[in-house]
Amino acid sequence: MARGNMNTVPPSLADKAGERADTDKLQLYADRVRVYAARVTGPFRRFKWAALVVLLGIYYVAPWLRWDRGPGAPDQALLIDMPSRRAYFFWIEIWPQEIYYLTGLLIVGAVGLFLVTSLFGRVWCGFSCPQTVWTDLFMWVERRIEGDRNARMRLDRAPWTAGKIARKAAKHGIWIAIAALTGGAWVMYFTDAPTLVADIARTQASGTALFFVGLFTATTYLLGGIAREQVCTYMCPWPRIQAAMFDEDTLIVTYESWRGEPRGKHKQGESWEGRGHCVDCLQCVNVCPTGIDIRDGNQLECIGCGLCIDACNRIMSRLGLPRGLVRLDTVTNQFAREQGGAAPFRVARPRTVIYTAILVAVLALMAFGLGNRSTLDVSVLRDRNPLFVSLSDGAIRNGYTFKIVNRARADRAFVLTLEGIPEATFSVRGGPSDVQRAVLGARPDRVEAYRLFVRAPRGRLAGDSTPLRFVLEENAAAGERSVQDTVFRGPR
Amino acid sequence: MPTKVETDTVTGTETTGHEWDGIKELNTPLPRWWIIVLWVTVIWSGLYYILYPTFPGWDGIWQYTARKEVAERMDAVQAGRAAWTDKLAVASLDEIEQDSDLLAFAIAGGRAAFADNCAPCHGSGGAGGPGFPNLLDDDWLWGGTVDSISTTLVHGVRWMQDEDTRISAMPRFGVDELLTPAQIDDVAEFVLSLSGNAADRVAAQRGQEVFAENCAACHGESGQGNREFGAPRLDDAVWFYGGDKETIVRTITKSRSGVMPAWGGRLDAVTIKQLAVYVHSLGGGE
Repeated sequence: MARGNMNTVPPSLADKAGERADTDKLQLYADRVRVYAARVTGPFRRFKWAALVVLLGIYYVAPWLRWDRGPGAPDQALLIDMPSRRAYFFWIEIWPQEIYYLTGLLIVGAVGLFLVTSLFGRVWCGFSCPQTVWTDLFMWVERRIEGDRNARMRLDRAPWTAGKIARKAAKHGIWIAIAALTGGAWVMYFTDAPTLVADIARTQASGTALFFVGLFTATTYLLGGIAREQVCTYMCPWPRIQAAMFDEDTLIVTYESWRGEPRGKHKQGESWEGRGHCVDCLQCVNVCPTGIDIRDGNQLECIGCGLCIDACNRIMSRLGLPRGLVRLDTVTNQFAREQGGAAPFRVARPRTVIYTAILVAVLALMAFGLGNRSTLDVSVLRDRNPLFVSLSDGAIRNGYTFKIVNRARADRAFVLTLEGIPEATFSVRGGPSDVQRAVLGARPDRVEAYRLFVRAPRGRLAGDSTPLRFVLEENAAAGERSVQDTVFRGPR
Repeated sequence: MPTKVETDTVTGTETTGHEWDGIKELNTPLPRWWIIVLWVTVIWSGLYYILYPTFPGWDGIWQYTARKEVAERMDAVQAGRAAWTDKLAVASLDEIEQDSDLLAFAIAGGRAAFADNCAPCHGSGGAGGPGFPNLLDDDWLWGGTVDSISTTLVHGVRWMQDEDTRISAMPRFGVDELLTPAQIDDVAEFVLSLSGNAADRVAAQRGQEVFAENCAACHGESGQGNREFGAPRLDDAVWFYGGDKETIVRTITKSRSGVMPAWGGRLDAVTIKQLAVYVHSLGGGE
């Protein structure tokens, strides 16, 4: 390629275009090549089925789990209650003020994914990503109705007969039914599941619920049924990011080219001398859910599901050759095997150690936070308009909005006192005036907002900003305590 | 006029058949999707012309106007609040202050009404400025109970169109030559001494007599003020127009007569109730 020539096609595109390159019209848009993944059996396929059953089971069953939180509180174990701004996870109840737990959860999810990817490759993509799980389920439905790879290809080429229409209609009908169940289950995480089902059955469900059921039905049907591998290849950012987690010690789906090449058809009884073990049967290509050829090496489209390993091993066994021509292996081990040796799988590498450290640190922090979680939260908001008020006796008054977040499901009483300015007194709007100590109540599961007016003689102030501390102590044995530091503003 | 459609040898594309001085044009029509979008927009605009008021004299089939839409939305908002505003309409000011939920609603409404109507003079936070009373402090010209605040709101101050307006007039002691400049200087010094700020004790001593004869009738013997006449307290730390001697001399010489409009005819009774409890809640309420 001529250096500096901006019009030159990048080598990757040129390669792809070269495959159908008898025309000199270069297409920047790759036409979709329909993937007809063939059925396959083997340990990877069994693991994939197991993952599918377990994950879908969790997804559909979880919203039905109950957890008693006492009267007046929802009894759904997993619930994100948007209207009343609460998230419930069994015994944990998260308020919007504690959104950092969600941040923590996302960090744990991301770093966990980094760690697993750097060790075992794209197991998330291959086995547990919702896109993979639902695509797998939809493909299973498709196979039951339209048959395996060859039957499906024949059917698609065949003219539109009543039989073909019936099969296609049945397939899409079942897909939409599965999609609707998916969308319905999603909404159950945001509202009481039994009530929602009863409302839908009586056609009394709210427009919002139906809208989201419809939305997730449509996206599930489109992404899992229609778009499939296009989502992984073009829409998802993860394939582009995950290369940064790979190194030569990461397990990836690998074709042993040193053993397989030169490939070629093989007749029974022929010698294996001077040729590779790959018989070019294309089984690995036919079973691939993203329609790639793993023998071209590791590539962006590969979701690491290992179905090609199952397919190749069956052929190798039949031919009496060693299994594992396509295998889950590290680059290091491949080099070693090529030289006739073997390299151990290195679990402890700088990146895995760092990922593990971050993961443990964030988990520990979250566990500590949850363990020491208080049912009391206090915030003090000082008035800024005006900063202070001069009173007729020369004293200065500041206004504060004092909020008590009572996360307990019980009435509580607290004693408020001030520290920092001697002779400072306060008034509570609608409550006591000019006191140094007042009892403030907080109703169960509520945020109580009090207006406080703090008054201090001008001579007791240190300049235009004097530190002031609000001390709130629960009016009970072993009660909670909260100290809020703020300032008291006055004239210069 | 199209002459001859031929196939271009280089590109293999047909020409349009036009020829200008030997120059021919390849026929590369617009993409079908583009044409479809064009026609959809054409049909859309046609429908739009029929359904909406697109030119003078045509109200459109849907009879839509933005003004009507706003009115409908405002009515919907009012209807949504009806349960609360109905309660406010019948409750007395004291009853409102006793009911914490009703009070919260009234204060929220009062805050909005205050920003719309009162903030230009009293400031968005109610802290006022020289000549415009601070509504947060404990110094009130005409009284700081919720009923007094309500009366001031309804009838205004020196608002002559309202018969029941709060009214009083301080004489222009200097302009009308009721006092000499020297006397005014002395009495200003005395006024300062009431809050312990006099610089010249002798002058203040002289001013005391002038004060007793001319000012004490309204402002009180010791300058404690009188809310009957809206006469400010002079013995405290809060100053309406300013507490420096120059400003006090100016006030005595030329007098002051601040005006506040009567809101009784402008705002509805519920809004005035909301404003009264809002102002009363700002910290200085009595």
